[in-house]
Amino acid sequence: MEAIAFYLFSALTIAMFTIVVVSDNALYAMSALAGGMIFIAGFFFLLDAEFLGVVQIIVYTGAVMALYAFGMMFFDTTRAVKENVENKYVLNTLAGLATVFAVVAVTAPFAGEHVGYVLEAVAPIIDGVGNSQMVGYVLFTKYLVPFELAAIMLLVAMIAGIVLVSKTMDKNITMLEAEVQEEAEKDYKKDKIWI
Amino acid sequence: MDIGLTHYLVLSTILFSIGLYGVLKRKNLLLLFFSTEIMLNAVNIGLVAVGNHYGDLTGQMFAFFIIAVAASEVAVGLGLLVLWYRKHQTIDLDSLQDMKG
Repeated sequence: MEAIAFYLFSALTIAMFTIVVVSDNALYAMSALAGGMIFIAGFFFLLDAEFLGVVQIIVYTGAVMALYAFGMMFFDTTRAVKENVENKYVLNTLAGLATVFAVVAVTAPFAGEHVGYVLEAVAPIIDGVGNSQMVGYVLFTKYLVPFELAAIMLLVAMIAGIVLVSKTMDKNITMLEAEVQEEAEKDYKKDKIWI
Repeated sequence: MDIGLTHYLVLSTILFSIGLYGVLKRKNLLLLFFSTEIMLNAVNIGLVAVGNHYGDLTGQMFAFFIIAVAASEVAVGLGLLVLWYRKHQTIDLDSLQDMKG
């Protein structure tokens, strides 16, 4: 049963992510990425990490992909993405070879080294305690400081996002209103002259 | 057939390779961002699988923090991308090459 689920989800995830990487249409790529994220949540459920699976669906598919969808409104991405490539085959071959080389070179020294190595669990999973409960215990005791730091980081990122995207964030709002009014009056006078 | 740690690590490697290939191949900055998300997710699977193998919750904790980092990365990165698009009307990677300011 586990094997069926594993192979099904692997095939689906790999297919989805391959579409993301090769597709010309940004909308297709985004939809495939959202699908792949949901299938990855399936692996988390298989690995007894229910809470992480739910977080994966809510945060990644719900928040991150929604943010990308909003971002894509700015970019006019419904038509095919034109990528300025001089030679397609050379690029694909080089990218593929470099990928294989990088992954093999980094993973090969570690591949056989730690097989059968017994590690002592730092935060052991206790039988009979649910995953969410266990995550809560560990997150609010052992990882409390990183948790708070992550909260601050998210706050900073939120403010940065707002300040970057909104055009007039660096100006005083009351000054801005006065400016707008002045502009409107000027326009009105101009129209009057013409009338 | 039993599904062990090796299966998950191989899957994680394959997904990471797909993401790395995308990062190397893509020229559109938005699609480049998508590829980095794939890489982060691949690493998450590996961490959770190893944690499950040792009966340890630390892998899941790291996956949580990776998700938090990815969320803030998207918020800031998309903001910068929108600014770049407003200025240059393109999000092609080649437009980043000239340093005219």
